[in-house]
Amino acid sequence: MALYVLRRLLLALPALFGLVILTFVLSRVVPGDPAATLAGDAATPAQLAEIRAQYGLDRPIMEQAVIHVRQVLTGDFGRSIFSGRPVTEEIAQRLPATLELTFAALLLAVLLGVPLGLVAALNHNGPVDHLVRLLSVGGLAIASFWLAIMLQLVFSMDLDVLPLRGRVDVAIGLPPRVTGFLLVDSLVAGRLDMFGDALRHLALPAITLSLPGLATIARFTRSGVLETLQKDFVLYARAAGYGRVRLAAIYVLRNAVTLVVTQVGLLFGALISGAVAVEAIFDWPGLGTYAVQAILSSDYKALLAVTLVVGVVYAVVNVLVDVAQALIDPRVAEDAG
Amino acid sequence: MSPPVLQVEGLVVRMRTEGGVAEILDDVAITVPRGGTVGVVGESGCGKSTLLRAILGILPKGAETPRGSILFEGRDILADHAESARGRIGFVPQDPYLSLNPVFRAGDQILEIMRRHAPGSRADHRRRILDLFRAVQLPDPEAALRKFPHQFSGGQRQRLLIAAALACDPALVVADEPTTALDVTTQREILALLRGLVVERGLSLLFVTHDFGVLASVCAEVTVLYAGRVAENGPTRAVLDTPQHPYTRMLLACHPDRATDLTGIPGTVPAATAQPSGCRFHPRCPIIRSGCPVEPPPLEALPGGRAVACPWHADAIPEAVHG
Repeated sequence: MALYVLRRLLLALPALFGLVILTFVLSRVVPGDPAATLAGDAATPAQLAEIRAQYGLDRPIMEQAVIHVRQVLTGDFGRSIFSGRPVTEEIAQRLPATLELTFAALLLAVLLGVPLGLVAALNHNGPVDHLVRLLSVGGLAIASFWLAIMLQLVFSMDLDVLPLRGRVDVAIGLPPRVTGFLLVDSLVAGRLDMFGDALRHLALPAITLSLPGLATIARFTRSGVLETLQKDFVLYARAAGYGRVRLAAIYVLRNAVTLVVTQVGLLFGALISGAVAVEAIFDWPGLGTYAVQAILSSDYKALLAVTLVVGVVYAVVNVLVDVAQALIDPRVAEDAG
Repeated sequence: MSPPVLQVEGLVVRMRTEGGVAEILDDVAITVPRGGTVGVVGESGCGKSTLLRAILGILPKGAETPRGSILFEGRDILADHAESARGRIGFVPQDPYLSLNPVFRAGDQILEIMRRHAPGSRADHRRRILDLFRAVQLPDPEAALRKFPHQFSGGQRQRLLIAAALACDPALVVADEPTTALDVTTQREILALLRGLVVERGLSLLFVTHDFGVLASVCAEVTVLYAGRVAENGPTRAVLDTPQHPYTRMLLACHPDRATDLTGIPGTVPAATAQPSGCRFHPRCPIIRSGCPVEPPPLEALPGGRAVACPWHADAIPEAVHG
């Protein structure tokens, strides 16, 4: 098992290295001269040359690539063209907000999607099944920005029970920063009021973001359970006298969720890209809003860093997914050697 | 004489299919005496597996409510889908590869059955499983408890399933062609093991097979099914030596160990949605004659504890055997 985890981690490295190279190439092939952007419209050729020299843009492309790789490996992404602050610092500040949002959305999707899929499969072609299928089609079809606005209209404007935007209430304030996750930090500080506030702010964006994931997970759980119910070992277990509830909720579900776990890995990518829109609407101070800002201001350094960080998070999540697979189904680790 | 462990009477099982209503079993009767070993034999599609599924209460979804009665230890278990008999009927399935859940440890799967149906603590159950693992000659019983199904060979898995079938000290063991998925040498070992267990533990056994050789080595009595009806039954030795029903005779003639020439039986088992009228064997019968009954012939008792569902059985018309 330990060997398996190690192998998965090692296999993730080439992918990440490829990502570093790819981002570099992309930043050089996109139209537009970064130096010209930096210098502004009224720059003289002399100023341009100076900026090129300052950022190393005048050196041979291979040398630039090597420098880029070295910088990335040391976690140095340079300074933001927009704010002038180190990009690494800005990302470190915003990443926890995005992760808190995506993890909350993922948790919701799994905690609701799996039971819904299970119940639907057990009532195959019954009313509950049709309802869940409707939900899973709807969950994928409904645009998140529309849902976000509807939720805001109902829960913030009409009912006034949840905050409209942002991550904290200014009146309550922030807990001392430990992890950057407000839910964790507020508990560390022992401030339940802050915890509640963070949760209330998290609710609408997390629900919005989770819906497509919930739909996918419910659908895959449903088909996984339906498939597993056909297996000989289920028939055998029934004949041998397994309890009905235990048979469905544990014996069958564990086989069915192997499919779902793979989906979670893939979903995570969708969640992070979905977070861009959701963060923009709810004014959530995460990587999504940061990336939008970077695009609008041609801040290629920031954009590059965001791409890489998201790539690393995605790779790590997928290693975790592989490990979860192996824990659920012992054959996975053995087949992979 | 103590009452039989299992007594099936007038069992009718119908299935709704796309091709219409299929009559899988019709008026089937079978009795397993306490400590008895009874085989059910017939071609594929004759209803052997459906009979077992009816007894185990796991008929497929499309099945209509079966008619007749299945008395297990004197109680009718047909109505409650054998729920009241769970744990009292051990089941050895056909395919040891597919019958265990690949993502749970072998020991845990058996413990789960015992948790619900066997008295005693978890430690008692563990001890009993280890004893059973030794009885079925699984190597290294302690380690076997913690292994996953794919870590066993096919023969070992079948031993495991036999142990699981015995886990709750059942009154009856039901086996569905437990050796067909195995290679020939393993098959022999498993049969020898079953025979040994039957003798040592005085098991009552209902054993389904299509192989007369296997049947003869395990079962004292036999019931021959054809197209969902009982063609003939009686002590295995007698039925094999002097088969009464033309179908049994032809089936035996097909067996490679006995056949003088391997001709096979012309035609096929009729589709369950289109059972022939009268005797279901008549379209394939070599001794069909004008006097054949219009209704399906009932079982007629013969001396020696036998019965046959053909008025022209061998004892009645001896020349039919040769003709």
